[in-house]
Amino acid sequence: MSKIENKIPQGPLAEKWSKHKSDIKVVSPANKRKLDVIVVGTGLAGASAAASLGELGYNVKAFCYQDSPRRAHSIAAQGGINAAKNYQNDNDSVFRLFHDTIKGGDYRSREANVYRLAEVSPLIIDQCVAQGVPFAREYGGTLANRSFGGVLVSRTFYARGQTGQQLLLGAYSALNRQIAKGSVKMYTRHEMLDVVVKDGKARGIVTRDMVTGDVKSHGAHAVVVATGGYGNVFFLSTNAMGCNGSAAWQCYKKGAWFGNPCFVQIHPTCIPVHGDQQSKLTLMSESLRNDGRVWVPKKKEDAEKLQKGEIGPNDIPEEDRDFYLERRYPSYGNLVPRDVASRAAKERCDAGFGVNNTGKAVYLDFKYSIERLGIDVIKARYGNLFQMYEKITDTDPYKEPMMIYPAIHYSMGGLWVDYNLMTNIPGLYAIGEANFSDHGANRLGASALMQGLADGYFVLPYTIGDYLADEIMTPKIDTDAPEFKEAEKAVTGRLEKLFNIKGTKPVDYFHKQLGHYMWDYVGMSRNAEGLQKAIDGIKKLKEEFWKDVLVPGEMNNLNPELEKAGRVADAIEMGILMAQDALDRNESCGGHFRDESATDEGEAKRDDKNYTYVSCWEHKGEDKDPVLNKEDLVFENVKLTQRSYK
Amino acid sequence: MADKILNKLYIKVWRQNSPKEKGRFETYEIEDISQGSSFLEMLDILNDKLIRDGKDPIAFDHDCREGICGMCSLYINGRAHGPDREITTCQLHMRKFNEGDTITIEPWRAGSFPVIKDLIVDRTAFEQIQHAGGFVSVNTGGIPDGNAIPIGYDDAEEAMDAASCIGCGACVATCKNSSAMLFVAAKVSQLAKLPQGKVEAKRRARNMVAKMDELGFGGCTNTGACELECPKSISISHIARLNREYLTAKFSE
Repeated sequence: MSKIENKIPQGPLAEKWSKHKSDIKVVSPANKRKLDVIVVGTGLAGASAAASLGELGYNVKAFCYQDSPRRAHSIAAQGGINAAKNYQNDNDSVFRLFHDTIKGGDYRSREANVYRLAEVSPLIIDQCVAQGVPFAREYGGTLANRSFGGVLVSRTFYARGQTGQQLLLGAYSALNRQIAKGSVKMYTRHEMLDVVVKDGKARGIVTRDMVTGDVKSHGAHAVVVATGGYGNVFFLSTNAMGCNGSAAWQCYKKGAWFGNPCFVQIHPTCIPVHGDQQSKLTLMSESLRNDGRVWVPKKKEDAEKLQKGEIGPNDIPEEDRDFYLERRYPSYGNLVPRDVASRAAKERCDAGFGVNNTGKAVYLDFKYSIERLGIDVIKARYGNLFQMYEKITDTDPYKEPMMIYPAIHYSMGGLWVDYNLMTNIPGLYAIGEANFSDHGANRLGASALMQGLADGYFVLPYTIGDYLADEIMTPKIDTDAPEFKEAEKAVTGRLEKLFNIKGTKPVDYFHKQLGHYMWDYVGMSRNAEGLQKAIDGIKKLKEEFWKDVLVPGEMNNLNPELEKAGRVADAIEMGILMAQDALDRNESCGGHFRDESATDEGEAKRDDKNYTYVSCWEHKGEDKDPVLNKEDLVFENVKLTQRSYK
Repeated sequence: MADKILNKLYIKVWRQNSPKEKGRFETYEIEDISQGSSFLEMLDILNDKLIRDGKDPIAFDHDCREGICGMCSLYINGRAHGPDREITTCQLHMRKFNEGDTITIEPWRAGSFPVIKDLIVDRTAFEQIQHAGGFVSVNTGGIPDGNAIPIGYDDAEEAMDAASCIGCGACVATCKNSSAMLFVAAKVSQLAKLPQGKVEAKRRARNMVAKMDELGFGGCTNTGACELECPKSISISHIARLNREYLTAKFSE
C-alpha cells in the first residue's frame, strides 16, 4: 500500500482538473504583492512560469546560469509541440493525446497528470500565437501540422526546425515584459548551489555569482526548480554543455525525493560520434522520420565495405537495403517511438550491419521523399537541419543519406512532485523536465515543449496559489537566519574543498570516465551484473575525484572549471542513484531495457505485477544507502497492454 | 572515413583576467587535432593542456554547441564566428584550417559589450533593448483560438526569417560602427509582420531604438557587413522595415 500522498483529486478523469481548480485556494491581488517566489532556470518551464507569476502580481526572482534567459536549452528543441487541437479533422482529441502519451510512456506515468497535460495543450498554442510565435501556416492562413513518432494523427505544431527556439523566445518576451515592469528581477550568470529549508518549508536558495564568485542567499515564500534534466551525467548527450541536474540534486539532498532516476531517453537520430575529441552530440529532429527512411545493408559484406570506406551508400542496390523499422513495425514504420527506434538501431549495429567507420551508425535516407515530393519541398521542411548536418559532417544529405545513431537526450525521471507540482518539501516545486511527472518511461516527440509550457503557463500559476494562500502572514524571508548562514557556509566550504584538492586531473577527465560507465552499463540495455559494475566503479571514481581533481583559476573570478567541478561531483552521485534505480527495476519499460526482461522477439517486456510504481528515492545521508519509497500507479481509464507498434 | 589530423597549430588568443585589467595576446601550440573536431573541441583540448600545465584555461562562452543558443561568440581570424558562412562558432569545424596555421581568437569588440574575462563579453545591453519593447503585451490566458486570426503563409515565413535571430551579437562585432540595428530590426520586423504585433508596433520601434541609442551602439551606415556575418543570414531588408516602422512612429508623434 502506497503511503504517498500524490494529491490526485477524486472524480472522473476528465473532470479532475476543473474540480481541483475550483477546490484550491486563491491569493488576493493585494497579498500577491507581499509574496516572493524564486524561479530557477529560464527554459520553457521556468520562463513561462516566471512571466505568468509576475503577471499575476507575485514578486518573482528568476535565475539562470547563462548570460541571458533566452539561451536555456529549450532553445535547441527542433521538431515541434503537440496539442490536441484536431485542426486536421483526423479524429484527434484530448483523450487520444492522453492515451498516446500514457501508452508511449509505457504505462509508467500518472493518468491524472497526463490527462491534464493533454487538456491544457490547446491553450498553449493559442498563447504562443498571441505572443507572435511564427508557427508554420497553410496558404489559407491557418496553422500547419506535422506528424511525430508513436502517434497516428497530425497534431504537432512547428516553426521550421526551430520550434523550441520560437516558443522559448515567446516565453522570453513575456518574461522581458515583466522584467521591464519590475515584477520579475532577473539574475543572469547565477548558479543555484543549495536550497534552504527552514521549519520544514523551502524558504530560499543560495547562489554563486558566476562573474564575481560571490555566494549569496535569496529568500522567498516558495521556490520553483525549472532546471531541466540530467542527461549530461552521460558526458556525451544532446544536452547543452552547461545543462546539469545539480539543482535537483541539491533538493534531493535536502530531503526531496527523486522519481524514476533510471528513466532517460535515448534519441534515435543523432549525428554519430566522430572520435574521442567529441564534446557533445547533435540531434537531428525526429520530424525527419516523417520523410526519411531508415536502413542498413542486408548483406554483412556490404556493411563491412561501407565501414572501410570502400563503397558509399548509393552503391548499395535497392534490393540489398534493409528498411528494418518498416520490416519489424509495418504499422508505424519509421515513426515508431524513440525507445523502439533506438533499440532497433543498436540491434542492427551490434549484429554487424552498422555503417560509418565505427560500425555505429545507420542511414536516414531522403532519396525517396525527394523523388516523391521534389527537393524544394524537402528543403522548405528541413533546410536548416540539412544545413546543420552538412556543416558538422561535411557530407550533403540531399545527395547521400544521413548517418545517425542513438544518443542520450532527455530525462523522464526527476524530482518527485504531487498533482500540484510540489515536491514532498512544502513550498518547493519542480516543473518541466526537472520533475518526473508526465512522460513515464519514455517521452513522445514534441511533448517536452508541451509539458514545459503547460506547467509554466497553465498549471503552476494555479496550484502555487493553494500553498501561498497560507503564507500571506509570513513576513519577508530573513536571509540572515541561521539556516541561510549554514547553507552559505556549506556552499562556500564545498567550493573551497574542490578548489583546494589541487590534484592532477582536470574535471573533464572524471566526467568522461563517468560517461563511459553510464553509457556502457546504464545505457540502452542494462543487466544486473553491469549495473552492479557501474555502481562499484562510479563509487571508486567518486573517491578518486575528491582526491585528485584539479581546479585551476581563482575562487572569486569567472571560473568555468570550478562550476563544472561542482556539477560533475553531483553527476557522479546521480550516476550511482540511476544505476541503483535501474537495478531495482527488473523489468523493461520504455527507455529502460533490462536484458533479463525481453520477449522472444527482443521487445521490451513489462512486469506490471511487480513494477507498476514510481520509484521515489529518499536521501538518508552522505554515506548511507538511499531508501526507496514507492508510489503505486493506478490505472482506471486505460488498460495496460503490451505496447505494440507492429 | 577517418578525419585528417592537424599535427600542429598555433593559437593566438586574447587573454584578459578581468574587466579592469589590461589584456594581451598569447600564443599557444597545440598538436594532433582531428579535422572532424569542432573549433570549440579544439579549445577544450587546449584548455585541458593548460590546466594540466598549471595554467589558467581560456574562458569562452558556449553552451548548446549546435548553433542555436547564441552563447558562443568568438572573433576568429578577423571574422565573427570564423571563416565559414551561416554558422556560429560552435558549428565551425577544424577542416576549415590547415596544417601549421596560426589562428587568432578575439572576443567581440564593441564598446557596449565590455570584456568580462578573456573571450567572454557582457551582452546585457541586448537584454535591455529587449526589455524596452521586444514583446507583445499579452498576459497568460484569455486568448482566442490560434486559428482565429489567419496569417498568410508569406507573412509567417518572413516573420520567421526575422525571428531566427539568436542574439549572439555577431552583427555588432562585425559592424564598423558597432551598430545593433540588425538585432533590433529582427525583433521589430518579426512583430511588425504579424497582426499580433501590429497593435503596439509604433511604441515598440520608438522604445527599442531609443534604448539602443542610449546604450551606446553606433548608427547604421548600410555597409551590409552584419548580414554577411549573421549566422542565421538575417537580411538587412529587416533594417529597412525597422526604419520604416520607426519613421512612421516618429511622424505620428
